[in-house]
Amino acid sequence: MTRKITIDPITRLEGHGKIEVFLDDDGAVQETFFQIPELRGFERFVVGRPIEELPRLVTRICGVCPASHHMASAKAVDGCFGGEVAPLAVKLRRMYYNAHYMHSHIAHFYALAAPDFVMGPDSDPAERNILGVVGKVGLEIGGAVIKARGQAQEIQRIIGGRSTQDIWCIPGGVAKGLKPEELEQIKPMTRELHDFALFSLQLFRDVVLGNPAYVELIVNGPYTLDVHNMGLVDESNAPDFYDGQVRVVDFEGTELYRYEPREYADYVAEHVESWSYLKFPYLKKRGWRGFAEGIDSSLYCATPLARLNVADRMATPKAQEAFEEMFSTLGGHPCRALLAQHWARLVEMVQNSEALLSYCDDPEITGDAFRVIPQEITGEGVGIVEAMRGTLTHHYTCDARAICTSANLIVGTTNNNAPIQMVTKKVAQAMIKPGVEPDQGVLNMIEMGFRAFDPCYSCATHALPGEMPLELIVWRDGEVWRRVRRNC
Amino acid sequence: MGGRKLQIALYWGAGCGGCDVAVLDTNEFILDVAALADIRLWPIAVDGKYRDVEEMADGELDLTLFNGAVRNSENEHIARLLRRKSRLLVAFGSCAHMGGIPGLANLATKEEIYDRAYLHNPSIEPGNTTVPLAQTSVNGYSLELPRFYQRVFKLDDVVDVDYYLPGCPPAADQVRAVLEVIVSGVLPPKGSVVGAGDRGLCDECTRTKAEKKIKEFRRPWQIMADPEACLLEQGILCAGPATRSGCGARCPTSSIPCRGCYGPMPGVVDQGAKLLSAVTSVIDSKDPDEIDAILAGLPDFTGYAYRFSLPASLLQRSVRS
Repeated sequence: MTRKITIDPITRLEGHGKIEVFLDDDGAVQETFFQIPELRGFERFVVGRPIEELPRLVTRICGVCPASHHMASAKAVDGCFGGEVAPLAVKLRRMYYNAHYMHSHIAHFYALAAPDFVMGPDSDPAERNILGVVGKVGLEIGGAVIKARGQAQEIQRIIGGRSTQDIWCIPGGVAKGLKPEELEQIKPMTRELHDFALFSLQLFRDVVLGNPAYVELIVNGPYTLDVHNMGLVDESNAPDFYDGQVRVVDFEGTELYRYEPREYADYVAEHVESWSYLKFPYLKKRGWRGFAEGIDSSLYCATPLARLNVADRMATPKAQEAFEEMFSTLGGHPCRALLAQHWARLVEMVQNSEALLSYCDDPEITGDAFRVIPQEITGEGVGIVEAMRGTLTHHYTCDARAICTSANLIVGTTNNNAPIQMVTKKVAQAMIKPGVEPDQGVLNMIEMGFRAFDPCYSCATHALPGEMPLELIVWRDGEVWRRVRRNC
Repeated sequence: MGGRKLQIALYWGAGCGGCDVAVLDTNEFILDVAALADIRLWPIAVDGKYRDVEEMADGELDLTLFNGAVRNSENEHIARLLRRKSRLLVAFGSCAHMGGIPGLANLATKEEIYDRAYLHNPSIEPGNTTVPLAQTSVNGYSLELPRFYQRVFKLDDVVDVDYYLPGCPPAADQVRAVLEVIVSGVLPPKGSVVGAGDRGLCDECTRTKAEKKIKEFRRPWQIMADPEACLLEQGILCAGPATRSGCGARCPTSSIPCRGCYGPMPGVVDQGAKLLSAVTSVIDSKDPDEIDAILAGLPDFTGYAYRFSLPASLLQRSVRS
């Protein structure tokens, strides 16, 4: 997330995750702005590059979820060559992506989400981190977390040669297949990862669901938004992380749209505000209707919870059980409680681990028909995958020499930019009252709102993931009244 | 480093987070680091207060690993601050070392980037003319955004750097090895490239070289690479002959050509010029027209040759008048 540090807010604002809060004469919150002040420009500087190089360039949009960009890019590039991909390569890419999901969800749940729930949202900030979690749940579990994340990375390395900054997808398939001896290396790790996913779900039950105060916070706290949901689904409306159609469902459960990746520009558009480098996507057919909630809103979330909200079911049995338990506990499907993202992430972890297991048992997975050589340059492609942090769209065109002529990117976190603005304002309004001084507790309550989105401003802009340096500036009568800072 | 615990910081400039993942990829070794060192700042994992760094004495940190390039004044400000606070500053990864892939932005202007991002693309709001502004007034509220430098810089363009640890990202075993050396206190000469080999990548690549010349270049999409033979000798452009060893040839081993993230081999100033020299030496022709025709099979040579090193090259950037 953003790592810009504001020392002097007048002269050095760059890269700062900066929230400006403006109070009215009575001391109530009138307006808030969550500014994202960075831009990289990948859309421009990939133009002129050979189109087949893009899957290994755009991975540097984000080193935490490079496989998401690699896969979306590979599919867009496949489209530029007519779209044919070896069926075995599709299986291998899916298997690889399942492992990547495991890595990312483990890292997020234990390093970013768990501190709030395991340590408690009111705990000492100095202990509210992964080391504090390890200290509380035990070194043995901490070791298991490190091991499981490492195994998820190692599976990717075995299948695709590298685990960070992927290189493996090339037009028509992948650069190397999976050897039988490599599969044998993967199998025991996959079984352990599946056990670990189920263990994590149980840990969530014990620590979070076993505490009525947390359940109350999730279900009835200020962390709800009446905006719609977006995610990829397969033909049976189960979540599909690698491919499928994009489904948009409103917060009451009614399907609004269902579209093919190539149609994305008919359904999604991006609004620009001059005070942020990050754009604000919205449902194009409704037009930009501002930062507004409600059934007529043109805004949507694209998150783990949104993916489960647009799905009718999960694709695998244990995940289906977890899906049913989650929505029955939360009062039905779909769910608007933003903090349920963390639970949704665990349900997704289970589906990914079950999918990995099934690929390990696929007798064709070690075959050698892992690529077809493209026969024509058709010049345009759209690739959509579900990045961990939301629906990720890459759209490229190329010329007759297969040189990139344009690239358009709508990345995971960007989808959620408007909802993040709105939850920030909502929580600020709930917490900052006339006569009440904002403090670290206010900052953490606000942060819990947008952290539920797992925002990755590396993907969205060029800033970086992790503990976000934050500055909350409260203005009153044209003057800075209070300033609360963390990591800055 | 004496009897006390090492005081270290990890920080990111204009990078992607992949270097931090490379540190995480040392897995259990992380716990050893935590035992040997106080991690005073590491935004991805530890809740260190940035203000605490400001309040440190100069030289209070033993070591800072700085990843990411320098592309705005904030990156430069933090680089200068951490330089002052650290006895050792390591340019960690390709971006800090040479500018990295974000350095390819030096081939475009800021205006071109804005045009693509905000004004002309398939999903922008119809009719939009708004772009981000340094100063905005919204309903009477004054808001500011930063200005970016016109180009991307590598870390040692703005501060003195002690060591360079190359790679995009650095291989985890190399990260571990470098940290172990620093803990040992037996340091290499200032300015050294560490965590890498001192030969060319081809020396550690297991592919078979047959001293074969070529009549045609083939792009990766056009060919099913032979799994054993040298990629360059199959006509697939590979930056191995211009690149430093140390990564284990992880890309060529997977039938994917090297793009040079470990930087130039020792003694080479400009990685792209070295690659051009290597490429021309494998062309099987002495006829200028035929050589031109063969080289036409390599469009965008700049983008290949300086994939990770444009800001560190003699060229540095494209300039439009």
